[in-house]
Amino acid sequence: MTGTLTILRAGPGLTVQDGGRTGWLEYGVSRGGAADRLALAEGAALLGQGADLAAIEMAGMGGEFQADTDLRIALTGAPMRASIDGAAVAWNASHLLPAGARLIIGAARSGSYGYLHVGGGFQAPEHLGARSAHLAAGIGAPLAEGDALEVGPDSGRTTGLGLVSEDRFEGGIVRVVASLQTTLFPDAELKRFEQTTFRRGARGNRMGVPMESDGEGFRTEGARSVVSEVIVPGDIQVTGDGTPYVLLAESQTTGGYPRIGTVVPCDLPRLAQAAAGVAVQFRFIPLDEAVELERAEAERRKGLRGQCVPLIRDPRTMTNLLSYQLISGAIAREEDVL
Amino acid sequence: MVAARVETSVPEIRTVGVDGMLVSFGSRLSEPANRAALAFRAALAKESWDGVEEVSSSLVSAYVRFDLRHLNHADLRARLENLLAQRDWYAAGLPDKRRLWRIPAVFGTDLAPQLPQAAEAAGMTEAEAVASLSSARVRVQTIGFAPGQPYLGELPEAWDIPRQSQLTSRIPEGALAVAIRQLVLFSVATPTGWMHAGQTAVRLFRPDAEEPFLLRPGDEVQFTSVTPEELQGLRRDPLGGAKAEDLA
Repeated sequence: MTGTLTILRAGPGLTVQDGGRTGWLEYGVSRGGAADRLALAEGAALLGQGADLAAIEMAGMGGEFQADTDLRIALTGAPMRASIDGAAVAWNASHLLPAGARLIIGAARSGSYGYLHVGGGFQAPEHLGARSAHLAAGIGAPLAEGDALEVGPDSGRTTGLGLVSEDRFEGGIVRVVASLQTTLFPDAELKRFEQTTFRRGARGNRMGVPMESDGEGFRTEGARSVVSEVIVPGDIQVTGDGTPYVLLAESQTTGGYPRIGTVVPCDLPRLAQAAAGVAVQFRFIPLDEAVELERAEAERRKGLRGQCVPLIRDPRTMTNLLSYQLISGAIAREEDVL
Repeated sequence: MVAARVETSVPEIRTVGVDGMLVSFGSRLSEPANRAALAFRAALAKESWDGVEEVSSSLVSAYVRFDLRHLNHADLRARLENLLAQRDWYAAGLPDKRRLWRIPAVFGTDLAPQLPQAAEAAGMTEAEAVASLSSARVRVQTIGFAPGQPYLGELPEAWDIPRQSQLTSRIPEGALAVAIRQLVLFSVATPTGWMHAGQTAVRLFRPDAEEPFLLRPGDEVQFTSVTPEELQGLRRDPLGGAKAEDLA
């Protein structure tokens, strides 16, 4: 089953994203890919397919979509209001999108990045070995009204599964490890950094987000100039005015500002999902502990498929109960789990 | 004292984030440290150890990202130390398959408005500055920050001029900018503290081309002076009139 998903209306921040491209740092291209990699893994688990397939990332708000054939879809990441032909559908779940039906996805209720996955993945053209748009590098473009995306062959059949989502959409504590230039900051500054409650600034995007606070900026000891060095996603660089700036998937590949620490990769979704104004605190943890967290998270993600459970429907909240029976027979197959 | 420390610098291995390591050959840019970084990166790529996901080099360092499920920090550090001990990396030659690029550039005029400011900082007249910049053969020391964007050096000592503290809000693609004895040829429009002394029509990154990146670390570049009219004529060519010859 292959088909086409057409975008009837697009929010301002829709792009095709996958796990990003590796091997091009040497040429100045950062990995890029989904801002929330956990959401990619969750979508793959819900559809029972590989996490390397491309999905649509929706920054802050979704859009309106229609397919020319029956498609399996999954919705993950920042929870958004979603409906198929007017009937509300659950977030962090898989559904059947019948041919010709209208899928409407609204604004994020919390968090920043929502994801629309399809069975078989989107077949956007590959550049440097990946399908993800990397706007900062000039690869790909934001999706717009009228765009038609090809969908790859889908061998799966199951829909109507839900997955309890890790709550990572309201900020909170983000763990960091010391990195290249952490020791350039005096201990007192590192302590103050941990004690400060930051707010995610409004200027954030896929390249990075400023972390604002009411206190003074953070300073290194003396006016050190550091030679430009490699940047990795999660690096927290401190710019000239002392504001920490967390670099995300689409950052530059090198930087000369000192970095106070690096966000542990498994906590990066929490940071990337924090919407403007949301409170975030940073905690240093030892490298050994971070390594264990990462290994455990990799195992947990491998087991996500086993965590998917059939959606339970409560007839008292199904105001449109009849519509379920009136749509094609296919939808009744997995949806009738009561 | 700082200079003395640089002279005697030994490679330093540090962690980068949770799954990366960096081997640095100096705390500031020098020709031997840059050669060492390029050569060590090439050696790492050749070793292709299981679990290594990506290697790259910056001005004075080589970076390794690895899969925590297949390698651990202690083992990787031991391997890096072992490889470091195999030779004097500071004495390494330049990468293979290097090329000399000649790239047409307009110096000064309204296309590159900071030439007068840069010349003054370097203690030269504008004519002297153009003669100096267009005769220099500079080498790609690293590619970074943005796709295909080279850091080129080393320029004569007179060009050891600081970056501006006040950023230029937008320098265009193809801009040639100078500071700290280096040139940067910009691959995307961006804010910068480097001084805009020249303008080219070259596209350094073409995602759809068979060879998406024009330059490689180790390549040499000379910027030949052309008039604004000549540059206008070169804009139809995606290479902007850039021509390469192989270096032995």
